[in-house]
Amino acid sequence: MAGITLRNLVKAYGRVRVVHGIDLDIGNHEFVVLVGPSGCGKSTTLRMIAGLEEITSGEIRIGGRLVNDLPPRKRNIAMVFQNYALYPHMTVRDNLGFGLKIAGQPKEVVAARVQEAADILGLAQLLDRTPAELSGGQRQRVAMGRAIVRHPDAFLFDEPLSNLDAKLRGQMRAEIKKLHQKVNNTVVYVTHDQVEAMTLADRIVIMRDGHIEQTGTPMEVFNRPANIFVAGFIGSPPMNQLPCSAEAGGLRLADGTVLPVPARLAGKVRPGAALILGVRPDDISPEGSGLLATGEGAMVRLTVDIAEPLGMESLLYSRLAGQEVQSKVFGPRLVSPGEVLDCRIALDRAHLFDAATGRSLEAA
Amino acid sequence: MARILTSRRAALTPLLLLLPAIATMLFVVALPLVFSLWTSFTPYRLTRPDTLYDVIGLRNYIRLMSDAAFWVAFGRTVLFLAIALNVEFLLGLGIALLINRITWGQRGLRTIMMFPMMFSPILVGFQFKFIFNDNIGILNNALQSLGLTDQAIPWLVDARLAMFSIIFAEVWMSTSVFAILLLAGLFAMPRDPLEAAKVDGCNAWQVFRHIMLPFLMPFAFIAMTIRSLDVARAYDIVAVMTGGGPAGRTELLWTLIARVGYDNARMGQANAMAYVSTLLSVLFTWYFFRKLVAARRYMGGAQ
Ligand SMILES: Nc1ncnc2c1ncn2[C@@H]1O[C@H](COP(=O)(O)OP(=O)(O)OP(=O)(O)O)[C@@H](O)[C@H]1O
Ligand SMILES: [Mg+2]
Repeated sequence: MAGITLRNLVKAYGRVRVVHGIDLDIGNHEFVVLVGPSGCGKSTTLRMIAGLEEITSGEIRIGGRLVNDLPPRKRNIAMVFQNYALYPHMTVRDNLGFGLKIAGQPKEVVAARVQEAADILGLAQLLDRTPAELSGGQRQRVAMGRAIVRHPDAFLFDEPLSNLDAKLRGQMRAEIKKLHQKVNNTVVYVTHDQVEAMTLADRIVIMRDGHIEQTGTPMEVFNRPANIFVAGFIGSPPMNQLPCSAEAGGLRLADGTVLPVPARLAGKVRPGAALILGVRPDDISPEGSGLLATGEGAMVRLTVDIAEPLGMESLLYSRLAGQEVQSKVFGPRLVSPGEVLDCRIALDRAHLFDAATGRSLEAA
Repeated sequence: MARILTSRRAALTPLLLLLPAIATMLFVVALPLVFSLWTSFTPYRLTRPDTLYDVIGLRNYIRLMSDAAFWVAFGRTVLFLAIALNVEFLLGLGIALLINRITWGQRGLRTIMMFPMMFSPILVGFQFKFIFNDNIGILNNALQSLGLTDQAIPWLVDARLAMFSIIFAEVWMSTSVFAILLLAGLFAMPRDPLEAAKVDGCNAWQVFRHIMLPFLMPFAFIAMTIRSLDVARAYDIVAVMTGGGPAGRTELLWTLIARVGYDNARMGQANAMAYVSTLLSVLFTWYFFRKLVAARRYMGGAQ
């Protein structure tokens, strides 16, 4: 068991930098999820931790030990790959036991640990099959089993669920969470799916273009996104972003509507500043049909373009200040296109970002 | 009535369409096969066609069983095959691994690697005959000028050295069969299991031994199947380099069979030998094919 520390970690392919000096402290037993859009350098970072990718500069420590120049086999980590990477010519049993066998463990220890892992993951019936004879979900479990038998210092997962269908993905997500509670190892988990990140992580690291945009617990990054990118990335459907300018009376939207400045940000708004108002769809809804709305609010008038009934709630695509916004209506309330709704914006949960830098005013 | 006729005609149509192919096959494959099998039961001599009708039963085969020269050639062929295939496999593997590692000039090298296969085996034989010639060969010449030896090494005269020289020529010409097929295997190999093995604690050798090699074996067995057929019928290189001599020291099955059939004109006996030799080829093919199927089984289905 060990924490992982990254210090000013840089990766460049030739002259192209893809990871720009990342700093990250991952605590012992912590489940950290690296999330970000495709190509942002998540896999590269993970592979550098694993030792599969050389680092250009910086430092990686696992359990306090500098591992920069150690080959993967000396880092005592286990990795689960996106397409499982099982050994095709070995049975499940041999796949699970391979790492222990290579490490020179006695046969009985290997057998016992394989059995233990098989029991945890429900693979006991499949031990004599080859990977070709398994379903996707079963292969995924074998890949995880192969990781846990070795009792490594840390687990690294690279989008382990992205090859599964939606239902199985949900199921395996729950299993990974259970597994972590059971074995309680340090985990670094890469995904581009923010739902996975929110549900699994103790701490989320949001990356973009080789930089870390924000690090925090799921609730922190959801409730206090550090910038527009994080705000748009975390949460589904994404946060509405309304350009506005600060005035003496409040925030003036593109069509002239003026909304009051949220009280908690009042001191931070400079008059004349170009801003972006961020409001989650959950926080715009007709009075009485939304989330419990007791805090400060402001009324706006929306014209509905499309309504998507989802059962418990409907998702509305409407126009506000000439821009499309998404909002939610709770309860059995049918909304038809073209309808004009008076909606309440929960300002106490709204965010303001500097239009130029994208940074949240809250942070400043 | 008419309908029965049409339907019968319809049933005959595929047969009619296949008739040319069937006739060709009969003429090209079945006829010579039956004919040669027939001659192996006669004392057929090329010079006396009338002996064709003189059936002597299994006498050719019985004589074969106690023919020491035949069995020595048989054993030598098996040895030749075993050594050549193993050496070609190891060299081919080495070449494939090296070419797989380089990133620049790979295509060019792949083409160059094929060059030896572009020459006729007869010419390769002649070339090596001159290289290994004890008086005028460049090998002895080079060894002597380098001062490594002061006498002419009898490359093609000494029994062991002659076998070595022939195997050398064979290997030179055909290693690329292994190299090409193994390289194809390396290109097809998924990268993830290799990385998984590294993380699982393998050093480079262990990755190769436990992950790469099992993946490559089906490709090696394909090459072995092809090459075992090829080497078991080896004739041209041997005939040119040593002619099976000196004094039968490099006699392989087919040089012996050719000698018996054409030089001694005892075609009946030669065909009996040929049939027994064919068994050898069938045996090797069957063996490698079984290995191939076994090795392929794990790879069944996409991973
Ligand atoms: N071998 C390489 N040579 C050059 N550039 C590379 C190489 N491997 C990756 N890159 C670049 O590095 C960047 C980061 O890649 P990486 O695989 O880490 O992305 P990712 O965040 O894992 O994306 P995804 O979600 O699509 O897997 C990408 O822009 C990619 O093009
Ligand atoms: Mg990736």
